[in-house]
Amino acid sequence: MKKAVMSAALMTAVAFTGVAEDKIVIDGSTTVGPIAKAFAEYFMAAHPGVNITVSESGSGNGAKSLINGVCDIADMSRPMKNSEFKAAIDNGIQPVAHAVALDGLPILVHPKNPVQELTIEQIRSIYTGVITNWKEVGGPDMEIVVITRDTNSGTYETFEGLVMNKQKITEKAEYVGSNGAVRQRVQSTPAAIGYAGLGFVDKTVKALRVNGIYPSAATVRTGEYPIARPLFMYTNGYPELGSAVYQFVTLYLSEDGQEIIDEIGFIPVTSY
Amino acid sequence: MSANTSRLKRFGALLGQSLLFLVTSLSTLTVFFIFYFIARDAVPFFKLEGFREFFTSSSWYPTGHPAEFGARAIFFGTGIVTLGAVVVAVPLGVSAAVCLSDVLPFNVRQVVKPVIEILAAIPSVAYGFFALVVFAPLLQNKGGAVLAIGAWLILAPVLALLVVVVSDLTADRFSDLMRHKVRWILILLLGGAALAGMIALGRHLNSIEIISGANALNVAVILGIMALPTVVSVSEDALQATGRELREGSYALGATRAETILKTVIPASISGILAAVILGIMRAIGETMVVWMASGNAARIPEPWYNMLEPVRTLTATIAGDMGEADHVTGSARFHVLFAMALCLLAFSFIMNLVSEGIVRHSRKKLGK
Repeated sequence: MKKAVMSAALMTAVAFTGVAEDKIVIDGSTTVGPIAKAFAEYFMAAHPGVNITVSESGSGNGAKSLINGVCDIADMSRPMKNSEFKAAIDNGIQPVAHAVALDGLPILVHPKNPVQELTIEQIRSIYTGVITNWKEVGGPDMEIVVITRDTNSGTYETFEGLVMNKQKITEKAEYVGSNGAVRQRVQSTPAAIGYAGLGFVDKTVKALRVNGIYPSAATVRTGEYPIARPLFMYTNGYPELGSAVYQFVTLYLSEDGQEIIDEIGFIPVTSY
Repeated sequence: MSANTSRLKRFGALLGQSLLFLVTSLSTLTVFFIFYFIARDAVPFFKLEGFREFFTSSSWYPTGHPAEFGARAIFFGTGIVTLGAVVVAVPLGVSAAVCLSDVLPFNVRQVVKPVIEILAAIPSVAYGFFALVVFAPLLQNKGGAVLAIGAWLILAPVLALLVVVVSDLTADRFSDLMRHKVRWILILLLGGAALAGMIALGRHLNSIEIISGANALNVAVILGIMALPTVVSVSEDALQATGRELREGSYALGATRAETILKTVIPASISGILAAVILGIMRAIGETMVVWMASGNAARIPEPWYNMLEPVRTLTATIAGDMGEADHVTGSARFHVLFAMALCLLAFSFIMNLVSEGIVRHSRKKLGK
């Protein structure tokens, strides 16, 4: 009798760890989130035993979750910082980067805005508050409404790093909390300028040529478009070969993975 | 045996009492713990950066090199947004409460009050979505018209009341024969002047173009609507609590319904109404989601300072927006400054609570209750 109870308990325990092993928790960037979600959907359809949860709380929070050991994969739209690496090592976590896709940061304006092109210097002057009216860059006489992402986002840090050249963003700038909100504000505000991931460009907003180059998959991949970045998934150590996490973070190397990334508007690193 | 039973009984009573005491003190302790833990993380900021920059500078660049933590503009943003919400919520809320308790028939009130209270049940993110997706574009496209209509809605009843009261008061100084004529002439003259003023103001407002709909006005209006159910509900309860006797006494002395409401019911329940107003302020000051989504979040005092059409940043939105990246890991001042803000908010609401307690106690003494 006692034996039966014991073996039942053992079986439950085995079943339980079995479930726990095939659970992948993903947290991090709102930019990489759509890729992780699409991958998760594809992956769970192919492997019914695996349960994947994806949260989007920003690159910084993703790194924090990985460092604290509460997620298996951290989505990040910027590389991990030295301070974060240090905190991770101190916690016994060894972050390993997987660059799953590329992303360009298009500069967005209202479709009715006649301006087609800006240089990086002009964009920087607009964001530092030196240029305040569209007529100074060949547009109509409208005061520019400068929209930026919150300082919490990887998108902001990428923009700051690639465009701002260590200068401060004007204190008149409006801060919004997501890429979708940037698009929402730009499509409803004729005088607005903003930036978001390449996947967020649609008919309701207009992407500008920067230094004469239009943001597209081709120009980002060749490095011609100046405001572009790789997108990362970080794991704790290189995942054990054959494990669910390994299969998940190498999905971007497969043909299907490339198609998924392409479909949601990012640029795959592979070209089959 | 009987001594044993009684001892057991006493022990049981003591156990029950202490259990209840523990549960009660738990909620009190929670308050102290919140204070303690927020203060514990706020103090390092003041140790690192001092008080001066935080309260006197308006440069908010927590990610800059070197970082700047001037929160004056953020305090100002919280202040002006809350003030705007009060201007929207208090006149509307108190008059709605008077209407519900003393003007509308009982069965209408039974329907209307729950409907107003539904406003409190709408999640704040839904309000934020509305502010961002509906109200902000509306302000940008039809801003002048919206402002003009808003001004009419608020000022027209106020001015009408003022004209009637001023005419009445002036007419009272004339002899009985003249009084009636003087009153009508005054009403026509003053009313005409007020109407002309309103039309001029409306024209002026109509010509204003709002560049960005994500601004202080947008958020103030939405927060006002969010605070409305609190104000209505609490002040209506206060008005009801004055009781039937007081009203009947007033009627018995020959007062009209308007006189009863203005001179008896409202003065008698003024402490409850003030408490309602303070609760409304607290609701507006602590709201995070709506301001984060729709206030523009620019850490800058508008020019001129009363310009509600420019974006502002509030304490709550700053805490919510900056918390993710501001870990111990990424520069500790940036993390602790958010707790310093939280401590200021907490201290403010604590003081407001004390004030409202004080008001209620004071007026109870005055009423002899």
